[in-house]
Amino acid sequence: MKALLGKKLGMTQVFVDGDRLVPVTVVEAGPCVITQVKTEENDGYSAIQIGYGDIEERKVNQPLKGHFAKAKVTPKRYLAEVRIDNPEEFKAGEVLTAGIFSAGERADIVGISKGKGFQGVIKRHGFSGGPGGHGSHFHRAPGSIGAAATPSRVPKGKRMAGHMGSERVTSANLEIVKVDPERNIVLLKGAVPGAKGSLVVVKESSKSK
Amino acid sequence: MDRIESIERAQLRDDLPQFGPGDTVRVHYKVVEAGRERTQVFQGVTIKKQNGGVRETFTVRKVSFGVGVERTFPLHSPKIAKVEVISRGKVRRSKLYYLREKVGKKARIKEKRY
Repeated sequence: MKALLGKKLGMTQVFVDGDRLVPVTVVEAGPCVITQVKTEENDGYSAIQIGYGDIEERKVNQPLKGHFAKAKVTPKRYLAEVRIDNPEEFKAGEVLTAGIFSAGERADIVGISKGKGFQGVIKRHGFSGGPGGHGSHFHRAPGSIGAAATPSRVPKGKRMAGHMGSERVTSANLEIVKVDPERNIVLLKGAVPGAKGSLVVVKESSKSK
Repeated sequence: MDRIESIERAQLRDDLPQFGPGDTVRVHYKVVEAGRERTQVFQGVTIKKQNGGVRETFTVRKVSFGVGVERTFPLHSPKIAKVEVISRGKVRRSKLYYLREKVGKKARIKEKRY
């Protein structure tokens, strides 16, 4: 599987093949450095560990410092593992750029959605709410949450008010509109979870085959 | 430079003339019909320009067989072959929506005198 760590930069629009104006999210994908290669013999499965974003050396703890020193790379802020089939083709210290993706491919984007705080059922679950006027006092409340003596409890999973957002969200099967390998920029059609500047994972779409 | 700005700037066109609301323009717009490309001409008064950057659009209004027709073009679209400015109008607002309620002589716009 191809995957890179990156940063959401924001949205804009681009003209594609002649005239089509396509809304795109600009994502900086990479450069990611391979910090470790995991093999079947050593670790029981094969994967590569990639690091993204520089961090000051003094902010890294001793165990991680040793880990980076072993791969002979500078400390990175974020680490992630990518499962692969052919660990012998990768070496620690190699740099992966956005060039591993090309325009026209499909990608899944994983990010942390924007936090919305404590929200009521209308915003959080799309309840319809009550009438606004005509003497109604029932506006944004959730209404009944179950029956009385039988079963005398609230069903598990009942949708209620609570914390919304700040969770891991995957946007599946987005089209890659354009790739700029020199600047490590990928343009993805449509929106991507998270705020500007937040960490995202750009990976080969699981639906692409 | 901001990386998003540089993506947008690369698509901006600088070959079009300056024009604004009130100006009568002739827009040459490329259309693909039955696999063949030809140029369509739309002439009328620019009644508004809105947004900025790559998203900038302008709306041209004309009266065709007694029916008002308005068409909005993305200003930086590669499909615009060229824009000719026929006349510069003297107007006092940026959105000329009032033209929609005017017909005939009242829908005229005074030409700018320099």
